[in-house]
Amino acid sequence: MAAALRSLHRCCQLPALLVVARRPWSSSSMTRPPVHTRLLLYLTQHFYDVEMLLTWMFNRKRTGIQKKNAYLGYAASLYGPQVAAAHFILTLKGGLRFKNQSDWFRANTKGKFSWDFVNYKDVQIEEIDLSNTMVNYRGLENLDTQRSLRTLSLKGCPEVDDWFLARLHVFQDSLEELDISHCPHITTGGLAALRNLKGLKRLDVSSLPRIQSPGLVVILLEDMLPKCDIVATGYDYSFVQEDEESKVQHMQGQSA
Amino acid sequence: MKKKAVDALPGSSWSPVLINPNLPPERADIVIVGGGVIGWSIAYWLKQKERVRGGLRVIVVERDPTYSRASTVLSAGGIRQQFSLLENIHLSLASADFMRNINDHLFVLKEDPVDLQFNHSGYMFLANEQVAHIMEENYRTQRSAGAEVSLLSPTQVKEKFPWINTDGVALASYGLENEGWFDPWSLLNAFRRKAVSMGVVQCCGEVTGGLCSHTQTPLCVMVEQVQMPNSLEYQPVECAIVVNAAGAFSGKLAEMLGIGSSPEDSIAGIPLPVEPRKRYIYVVHCPDGPGLDTPFLIDYSGVYFRREGLGGNYITGTSPEEDEEPDTSNLDVDHEFFVDKVWPSLAHRVPAFEKLKVTSAWAGFYDYNTFDQNGIIGVHPLINNMYFATGFSGHGLQQSPAVGRGVAELILDGNFRTLDLSGLSFRRILTQEPMLERNIV
Repeated sequence: MAAALRSLHRCCQLPALLVVARRPWSSSSMTRPPVHTRLLLYLTQHFYDVEMLLTWMFNRKRTGIQKKNAYLGYAASLYGPQVAAAHFILTLKGGLRFKNQSDWFRANTKGKFSWDFVNYKDVQIEEIDLSNTMVNYRGLENLDTQRSLRTLSLKGCPEVDDWFLARLHVFQDSLEELDISHCPHITTGGLAALRNLKGLKRLDVSSLPRIQSPGLVVILLEDMLPKCDIVATGYDYSFVQEDEESKVQHMQGQSA
Repeated sequence: MKKKAVDALPGSSWSPVLINPNLPPERADIVIVGGGVIGWSIAYWLKQKERVRGGLRVIVVERDPTYSRASTVLSAGGIRQQFSLLENIHLSLASADFMRNINDHLFVLKEDPVDLQFNHSGYMFLANEQVAHIMEENYRTQRSAGAEVSLLSPTQVKEKFPWINTDGVALASYGLENEGWFDPWSLLNAFRRKAVSMGVVQCCGEVTGGLCSHTQTPLCVMVEQVQMPNSLEYQPVECAIVVNAAGAFSGKLAEMLGIGSSPEDSIAGIPLPVEPRKRYIYVVHCPDGPGLDTPFLIDYSGVYFRREGLGGNYITGTSPEEDEEPDTSNLDVDHEFFVDKVWPSLAHRVPAFEKLKVTSAWAGFYDYNTFDQNGIIGVHPLINNMYFATGFSGHGLQQSPAVGRGVAELILDGNFRTLDLSGLSFRRILTQEPMLERNIV
């Protein structure tokens, strides 16, 4: 009888979901998500359908991003790597400039772009502007062959993370300017990956939300890349030091 | 009164007999002995590959939920592709791929995304004249396998890292991508959280025996005895497959199950050649030490160090000689070892380290494979439902995602699908053909 009761107890307990979902929101380091998200996640604990739907939506979003960043192998084999890279950048709504040309190729706000870049089959790309696009590590495969790239701007890209920075070593001989400000997924470990870019002259690391001690990190970066000019705005560098007594007084004042 | 009414309804956990709620279930499909990163990685991949939701019943048995002696959490946490054996390079590359996309694999709804705190600082191996040719051969193997490694001459090393003393260095091998170090506890917890959310049962207990069925051929393990901590209570768990992922203690587990207890010249008489070996790690503080671009530096004398955090702290250590192996009955640290063996070579290689202070130290076990220092992955030749995933001798953590996937493929598909790890099977111990790794740290 004891065995039967035990198995009944286990069936009814839904051990898997409850173990995961028991964590209260207050221990999370994130701010509380909006009401509709909280409602959906509450329903996830009680209904398998909601859980499946949410997981499916999440996976669909991820596959969408991966599809956008797919390697354009067919275009590369037909037109050569430069044209394929240019097409990739333009479909992501970025901008590029070929070597020895002065005008930039860009898509307009509706996503339409001119196909003149097909004429530049053998010209290397010198400057790439991928700010506010969905480029990620997989997309970098399209840009691997541009070994005379001088400027790369990745300002505000939500999918650029530390692994992307680690891959930038392929441009170590030619890259002179790099802008990775406002990227939410970059941490100090990724900035250590910039050690290979010895030719870098200008680096912009402003407003990176996941850097804990920005002042120290900027000093260490300057040591690591001596010839580079580092721009790091958007951080709060002021010293806020409360000593123990004023902290206790402040707390007593609040409780009284 | 209301509580009694609620308890009387079906679905409540009241029972007239006091049952220990922490006992594992009586039957399971797969029992994974060992709750380290390899064990949980195998559990995750098994659940990931099962074709029917809830089709596999997996239990992970871990005897110490505080992980006080587990090799996973005491490790330095590095990952590198600079090996000499092709299988090791492929395993490490596949694991780096996994870690790059870790949130696609291990994300759980309503929990924070996984953050491994990966430092992409690369590894650098230094070679003197005697071993420079081995390093060049290894470099060619690594490049052909797809690892991004570069060879540097002593002048280039001095130019890149002016704080190194290149005395005696003939060649250096520097990793450009997919190499560095990370937090092993985050990886373990990520695997565990995801596996538990997929339905893996976590059990805290020690496996004290196993019943082999001798009447049937081929032999198979049918029942595992799991003993509860600090009590005499035990639960026999009937299982179809047992996976030995017990790390440094897998040799003892194999002995308990009878592997190696027959006469020496029979297959059943060959023991699992994995034993624990103690290794020390010392945390030192040096204010004038190397900066953010410090790689995980490994000297030809065996001494290694890496940066820890941003405050001038470094982690260092070395492997002792074969005949000076420390005692493995406890995890006490020998500080004399640092002064005698580690500091001289360290200060010789990096002159800034002549002035340093040891702030802390710890010791951990390597699950050392005494045969050839490489992992043993595969099924036992006689007991056909006993799988091994152990003996990694210090590089188990960095290969854990790929090893988990390989073992899950072996169990569910019958053979390896993505990476061919048949070279690392138990068979090489039977035929006495070692697959030696020339770059063990």
